[in-house]
Amino acid sequence: MIDILDILLTANFWAAAIRIATPLIFGVLGALVCERAGVLNLGIEGIFTAGAMAGWMAVWLGADLWTGVAVAAGTGAAFGLLHAILTVPFGLSQHVSGLGITLFATSASYYAYRTALPDVSSPPRITPFQPLDVDGLSDLPFIGPALFQQTPLTFLAIGLVLLVAVLLNRTPLGLAIRAVGDNPSAVEAQGLSVMKLRTGAIMFGSALMALGGAFLTMSAFDAFFFGMVNGRGWICIALTVFASWRPGKALIGALLFGAFDAFQVRLQTEVGAVVPGQVFLMLPYLLSIVALVVAARGADYPRALLKPYFKGQR
Amino acid sequence: MIRFEPRQSVSPVRIAAAPIIAAVLALAIAAIPIWAAGASVFNAYLLMYKGALGSTFAVSELLARATPLILTGLAAAIAFRAKLWNIGAEGQLYAGALAAVAVGSGHLALPPGTLLPLVIIAGAAAGALMMLVPTLLRVRLGADEVVTTLLLNFVILLFVQMMLEGPMKDPLGMGWPQSEPIVDAAVLPKLVERMRVHSGLVVALVLAIAAHIVLKRTVWGFEIRAVGENPAAARHAGIPVTATIVRVGLISGAFAGLAGVGEVAGLKGYLTADLSPGFGYAGIVVAMLAGLSPLGVVLAALFIAGIFVGADSMSRAIGVSNYLADLIVALSLLCVLVSGLFVRFRMRVGGSASAEKP
Repeated sequence: MIDILDILLTANFWAAAIRIATPLIFGVLGALVCERAGVLNLGIEGIFTAGAMAGWMAVWLGADLWTGVAVAAGTGAAFGLLHAILTVPFGLSQHVSGLGITLFATSASYYAYRTALPDVSSPPRITPFQPLDVDGLSDLPFIGPALFQQTPLTFLAIGLVLLVAVLLNRTPLGLAIRAVGDNPSAVEAQGLSVMKLRTGAIMFGSALMALGGAFLTMSAFDAFFFGMVNGRGWICIALTVFASWRPGKALIGALLFGAFDAFQVRLQTEVGAVVPGQVFLMLPYLLSIVALVVAARGADYPRALLKPYFKGQR
Repeated sequence: MIRFEPRQSVSPVRIAAAPIIAAVLALAIAAIPIWAAGASVFNAYLLMYKGALGSTFAVSELLARATPLILTGLAAAIAFRAKLWNIGAEGQLYAGALAAVAVGSGHLALPPGTLLPLVIIAGAAAGALMMLVPTLLRVRLGADEVVTTLLLNFVILLFVQMMLEGPMKDPLGMGWPQSEPIVDAAVLPKLVERMRVHSGLVVALVLAIAAHIVLKRTVWGFEIRAVGENPAAARHAGIPVTATIVRVGLISGAFAGLAGVGEVAGLKGYLTADLSPGFGYAGIVVAMLAGLSPLGVVLAALFIAGIFVGADSMSRAIGVSNYLADLIVALSLLCVLVSGLFVRFRMRVGGSASAEKP
């Protein structure tokens, strides 16, 4: 029998958990910013793919890594703008528009990749972000390897959790964004533009989602593969409900998920001979469904979520 | 300031024009990526047209490709009518296909003539069961079915892979992860000799007509539409809202399951994990292009099938990536959303909004 504690007490395990959690932190943050402003963004799965492709492609074409990150964020924001136009001034179904963005962003990314690289058999590689070795800190026992051998994008993700938390809870802009997702007519009565606030929030949230994708091709791996996002976007949508739309809980939710996923990978190597590998691969999706079902009871959805707002409406 | 005012009356011509305008617009926008790939736009579209409609073989391919799209289109259309967001047709399709090969690969001793009906029923039931879970999670526990159906797609596909590498692997499959073939008695007959179009198409067309009649002419259909338009009012009017949603979920899942039956029992003959190139997701586009009308689904499925078949053929000829088809399909969805808006509303730019409510 394997000793669960032996797994949980290794620094490698926690390093893997944080690595798996990183794209989800970006994704959940992005989704919660959009939803806090009252707009569900099911474009997330496609925006992940577009961010992964665009960031990688920029670097492959010769840009440096941080320029690639910026390109990914800009690509995400552009798809966010499209979703915003369809759902905010046009007031179209957020479900269908979001799925349309996912289909569009995914197929556009695949098409662009295939057109740029028509006949490559193995995906070309870039030099990805390297672990950030902080002098002194990386040598600390346990915490050193777990936390301080992550790449800069992981620290960016954790920094963005703080930034989004402060933005939403401590600034007038954050108050306006939250209000626009709860009671848009009150915001309009204050003389603020619901359209501009929602559009801005969706673009910002979508840029964050794209960073989650960029992490995959520029940090976790060093190439772009078809189907590499593999449902991570949808998992983020479930985790957003689990996190009650709060940045801090989003971080905890993503880390718990990462820990679970890292654990199942280790379990797989222990008992892989008796249990088919697919059983383990199913677990993250099933866990997300369970998390959603548990959180759905008494979930405090932003009250204006899914409801289009038209100026002058009460 | 942009405002939308509802049109006083919306003519049927306008409603019919919306998807056509959307399709033309999608093809026009897709000229940009074709041009970016360095190909002649005219030549590419000409080759797509020839590939989809240029010969008897092409038309047979088109109809074969349209068959699962009609069924997944119906699955989405009927669910969306009741505002049940079934995005899981892809997984339900695989569940139906898995049940079809489980029953149809000749391990059951049955009276002659009963195997094919049983295969069809098993596939429909498996699809329905896969949709029953997220439907119940929504009506009982309030879990958003969009997310659960999307996530279940991945679970079901992994389950199929597990079965194909394990208990259901064909021992004569040269080691490939594929199921045993369907026996002759369980095969959906071909419609034309030496062509791939099969009698699943007839089943799909009959179901589209049946769905049209049920939605338009029966109490069930009225209840489905009422629940979708205003659940609170429907409940007030004594309509069993929960039962209606569960019923819609079962029917929607069954349609998607049948799409999987058609693919294995009519086309491929055995199951592999790459059976569907996204028929479930394309079904959503079909349903939206059709304005959620079952008869419209047939026309929209033919269009989308033509894009896929035409793009494959064009791609083989001049090397433009056949992801162009997925791109056109996605653009069609976005364009039909916008064109549908302009059918129902009139856009006003400028002026004060305070005087009128939109």
